[in-house]
Amino acid sequence: MSAILVVAEHAGGRLNPSTAKCVSCAVAIAAACAPQAAPIDVAVLGAEVAPVTAAAAALGGVRRVLSLERAENAAALAAVWAPQIAALAPEYTHVLGPSTTFGKDLMPRVAALLGVGQVSDLMAVQTPHRFQRPIYASNVLVSVELPAQQRVVATVRTASFQPAPAAGPAPIEARQLQVPLPGHTRFVARSPVNAGRPDLQTAARVVSGGRALASSDNFQLLYRLADALGAAVGASRAAVDAGYVPNDLQVGQTGKIIAPELYIALGISGAIQHLTGIKDARTIVAINKDADAPIFEVADIGLVGDLFQVVPELEQLIRARRASAHS
Amino acid sequence: MSRSILVAIKRVIDFSVHVRVKPDGSGVVTDGVKMSINPFDEIALEEALRIRERGLADEIIAVSVGPADVQQQLRTALAMGADRAVLVQVAEPLEPLVIARLLLALVQRHQPLLVLLGKQAIDDDNTQTGQMLAALWDRPQATFASKLELDGTRARVTREIDAGLETLEVDLPAVITTDLRLNEPRYVRLPEIMKARRKPLDTLTPAELGVADTAAVMRVLEYRTPPTRARGVRVGSAAELVAALEQRGVL
Repeated sequence: MSAILVVAEHAGGRLNPSTAKCVSCAVAIAAACAPQAAPIDVAVLGAEVAPVTAAAAALGGVRRVLSLERAENAAALAAVWAPQIAALAPEYTHVLGPSTTFGKDLMPRVAALLGVGQVSDLMAVQTPHRFQRPIYASNVLVSVELPAQQRVVATVRTASFQPAPAAGPAPIEARQLQVPLPGHTRFVARSPVNAGRPDLQTAARVVSGGRALASSDNFQLLYRLADALGAAVGASRAAVDAGYVPNDLQVGQTGKIIAPELYIALGISGAIQHLTGIKDARTIVAINKDADAPIFEVADIGLVGDLFQVVPELEQLIRARRASAHS
Repeated sequence: MSRSILVAIKRVIDFSVHVRVKPDGSGVVTDGVKMSINPFDEIALEEALRIRERGLADEIIAVSVGPADVQQQLRTALAMGADRAVLVQVAEPLEPLVIARLLLALVQRHQPLLVLLGKQAIDDDNTQTGQMLAALWDRPQATFASKLELDGTRARVTREIDAGLETLEVDLPAVITTDLRLNEPRYVRLPEIMKARRKPLDTLTPAELGVADTAAVMRVLEYRTPPTRARGVRVGSAAELVAALEQRGVL
């Protein structure tokens, strides 16, 4: 019988939306296993995880949630978490984590402890052991197949899956694992959570800026448009490298892969490494001075123009539209 | 633990090349295509050189796994400043877990202070090898590093994560995988290229490293080009843009 384990990602007592997407992927694997049953468990590691386990238990398709509380689990250190997940793995045919920096750090360590390879950025389930994944910055898709008897360890490309819907709570089971943990890796600090704005990875709308913004101050223009739209803010690598915005706003092959309903690219030329991050957006809008910029090849709506003129106009039009809708 | 740093580099299709799938779907076109050191590995090498220049390491060993052609990239690494190079020569592409086993064998030979490598290779985008090596070696890992400080027995590493930045402290030896903003690699100058020809470049086989089984477990059944987006419309003003967005129902 097949069984699937999803490793939950969480911080600050909140379950990361990537977990609900991993559960969706697990549901797709379970469907591919039919008529054989393939129950789905979620493992939550942490020091105190009660609110997180409750959130995980409310995800549709989950059989039960395993609560692994241990003081050493307070920070998500791959060297500390991996041996515990590896200790749980013998009960499962599939072990999944999100293809976020959390899962990318952790899951290969789990796979190596289990002596198996990993399927990275799983984007579609073809059979319980055959999957599609992107390579070359998503310019090529491959189907890969593992031997039927091999345990599957994978990271799930979150932009390829919808979050699992809410359902009746699954039972929560506390587990104590007698696994020796290393002390060679210590958590020091983490930048504070950026509150008040929609999260870039899950936002329905994203406004992104590139090198053409030309300064950190000019990004205010973009923030105002984002606020008018209720959008998250993103950036190209060039804008991050130039120091206009922090690294966590980077969208692309080496940053975040996102799938918003609306993506507005301002002054972004559209290097393939950036386009990788937005391929799954439903509507892409590009505003750029350069009519030949590659971003226009993928844009659903393109506007050749000076963003310093167009963006304030656009912000006003959207604010006016909202005001009239509310009156 | 010696005062050496092992830097693992991979030969990949240059980042500027538009990669194409072969018409029969059996792979990607590599004939006549420019090959380079994986950009993230170049950053790893640059960081190792800077650590040596600060007097915190004595020897930089560039290692790679692949066909004889990889010597070109190892020569570039030597020209950048690596002291010597090791090529584990294999004809077929290997999976990250096998690469990690080969790197572990090299680690056991050289007992380095650090292993530095890129956070991912821009061809397979796997993001696995460093973490797998750290697991097999039973040593710390610090992935996606954008800042690295060494004090002899420990490293303090700032990591680029989805939520911003995270700082870890790890005991040495450790595996550190490098992100884009760690440094800007130096350019290679002609005299260095000439000098690099005289630096040692050893070739080994997996069997000599005690890794008998290098066969791929994961079968790639098909390569295909993803569907392209339909060509969009052009608008001439902010007002037209808002109208087009309304028409698509996204406002």
